[in-house]
Amino acid sequence: MAVVALEKDYADKVEVRDRVENFHGNHVVYLHWEEHLGFCAALAFPLPPAMPFGALIQEIIPTYYGMHPDFASIDWSAVRWTIDGKEVTPDPAKSLAEHGVGHKSLVRFWTPGLHGFKGSHS
Amino acid sequence: MPRIVSITLQNTDAARPIIEAITEDNPGAVVHSFPGIVKIDREGSLTVHRASVESRIGRDWDPQELHLSIVSMAGNVDEDDDYFGLAWAH
Amino acid sequence: MTMVAKAKLGLKQRYALLTRGLDWEPSYQSKSAVYPYAEFEGIKIHDWSKWEDPFRLTMDAYWKYQAEKERKLYAVLDSFAQNNGQMGLSDVRYINAIKLFLTGVSPLEYQAHRGFAHVGRHIPGVGPRVAAQMQSLDELRHVQTQIHTLSHYNKFFDGFHEWQHMHDRVWYLSVPKSFFDDARTAGPFEYFIAIGFAFEYVLTNLLFVPFMSGAAYNGDLATVTFGFSAQSDESRHMTLGIEVIKFLLEQDPDNLPIVQKWVDKWFWRGHRVLGLVAMMMDYMLPKKIMSWREAWDIYFTEAGGSLFEDLARYGLKVPKYADVATAEADHLSHQNWSTFYQYTQAAAFHTWLPTPQEMDWLSEKYPTTFDKHYRPRYEMWAEMEKEGKRFYNNALPQLCTVCQIPMVYTEPGDPGTIAFRTSQHKGETYHCCSDGCKDIFDGEPEKYSQSWLPVHQIFQGNCGGASVEDVLKWYRMNLGADNLDQAGSPDQKLWNEWMAARQRVAG
Repeated sequence: MAVVALEKDYADKVEVRDRVENFHGNHVVYLHWEEHLGFCAALAFPLPPAMPFGALIQEIIPTYYGMHPDFASIDWSAVRWTIDGKEVTPDPAKSLAEHGVGHKSLVRFWTPGLHGFKGSHS
Repeated sequence: MPRIVSITLQNTDAARPIIEAITEDNPGAVVHSFPGIVKIDREGSLTVHRASVESRIGRDWDPQELHLSIVSMAGNVDEDDDYFGLAWAH
Repeated sequence: MTMVAKAKLGLKQRYALLTRGLDWEPSYQSKSAVYPYAEFEGIKIHDWSKWEDPFRLTMDAYWKYQAEKERKLYAVLDSFAQNNGQMGLSDVRYINAIKLFLTGVSPLEYQAHRGFAHVGRHIPGVGPRVAAQMQSLDELRHVQTQIHTLSHYNKFFDGFHEWQHMHDRVWYLSVPKSFFDDARTAGPFEYFIAIGFAFEYVLTNLLFVPFMSGAAYNGDLATVTFGFSAQSDESRHMTLGIEVIKFLLEQDPDNLPIVQKWVDKWFWRGHRVLGLVAMMMDYMLPKKIMSWREAWDIYFTEAGGSLFEDLARYGLKVPKYADVATAEADHLSHQNWSTFYQYTQAAAFHTWLPTPQEMDWLSEKYPTTFDKHYRPRYEMWAEMEKEGKRFYNNALPQLCTVCQIPMVYTEPGDPGTIAFRTSQHKGETYHCCSDGCKDIFDGEPEKYSQSWLPVHQIFQGNCGGASVEDVLKWYRMNLGADNLDQAGSPDQKLWNEWMAARQRVAG
């Protein structure tokens, strides 16, 4: 679609504000625990692409989601994951980049049997 | 759906005679009172008549004085020396 | 020479004589050089003289009435201050709604002033130019009256002191700020439709009428006064908005698709911004007036319904996703308040959990959604508070690229699942909270690829540092005073002292 702008070469002057080069080597990665909307939105983190997926599970997730009453009951072997909408079985030793997690990727996870406080998705 | 025109005025001493004039001159007008304001709804149209307000306040009244009391309205405006009207008809 | 006694001119004649024929045709510059913004949006105008002013308010009458409004308003504000009106509020929690209003909305009055000044210069028709100039003055008056109110409350309560600085930086204030930045960086016709029509006509009633009535009910004379004084101008602005849309649609059939796209866009953007007001009405007014749902039904469904029925003769349709917004009215305030509760450490107003009585009111007003989806959330947090583990969300949320609100909104028809929408543009991924915001992004990806998203700016190192404390200091928040829960705040302590003094006097 043609750009509606006063300047004819407007599109060439656009500075994409969140391009990956602006994040000091990190990718912005969004993480979301499904059916637990007490956490109001997906959480955003600037993460090195070489970080192993396991660090997400062992460090980041417990730090930011660990206070939820359901957290202790998670069966990690049964968790279902998607990265940008694609189902994946993560390998904890492999990096985020090797899993296809890129800049502004969305990682969602479902914890079977756990549907939030009293089943309310909260 | 009924096409409701509406005027909301402050619930003040200056506006009360206007509210009274509207309700008397526009049969079927429905008055809703909320804290601080009064909302008057009517199907189709609604008119504020200069003479009707003047007879209540005992002085000259310019329909543009409505600007001092109005809070909101819905409908197309028709303004003249002797009335202020709201309507959905054209 | 004979004097002929003439009858006094009628309003319509007088108005025509005082407002028409004032413009001139440029002779040594082309018209397009004088009005450089008039054509690039694709709007076609053939005859500016067909413009009908909805209100026949001449400049002399304008000054007369505005002066009277100002005299009344400042007498009340002065009296409120002199008589310590702040002590007569229904409850100190109320003041938080006003913090949000004065830091979130008042700067928009100034933005509206700037925007209408620009339009008043750049629209080639004399009628709308005069109307835009009046509106520009009105908006400046509004922000001034609101600063006077803010100035009084700032003497007693926290969170007001850096409202301008915060407006340009704080994560949740970027929502209203980016809304107006978007409008002001558009062309003059889009601005007119965005602010004059979609915002003023379709949506500001929801902001100013029930909320100000709420202020009246909660003892806030200072806010009621500026609110209704502003609103008296608003009726003129609303009719200007409706006149603009009719005029554009009557001038050329090619204008319809452009105008429809703007109406769709600005309805949705306005709906998103007004989510803040939904939360103020349902959660922040200690004495409630009506629920957001009820206000939406009166001011959008009923009033908007009649309006769009009237505009149907031009082929204009009800804004796209109006049905989605109407369905969201049952969820909006709860989802927003939950967000501020968990990010209370980063907001310049206080939060709290609704009391059992307030929860019962919410159940009654939201019978299909509150008990099922939101009461359990508050009960969970109440249990955590009781165990001494008050819930704070310690990570930053994903934001919508367009409305800039954390992506908290759920799938239409599925309140248990967040709605995620993504677009690709020139190899970059962009996230949106809804089909409404995604459509807006896809319509102008070049514009929104420049969004200043607070969370990403923090990650890029542009907001004072990497820790929450660094960022809040960069916002100039007074930590421990402006932010966190109402209970235990300096505001609450001061209020308790006032109330204790009152008790002593009552004996």
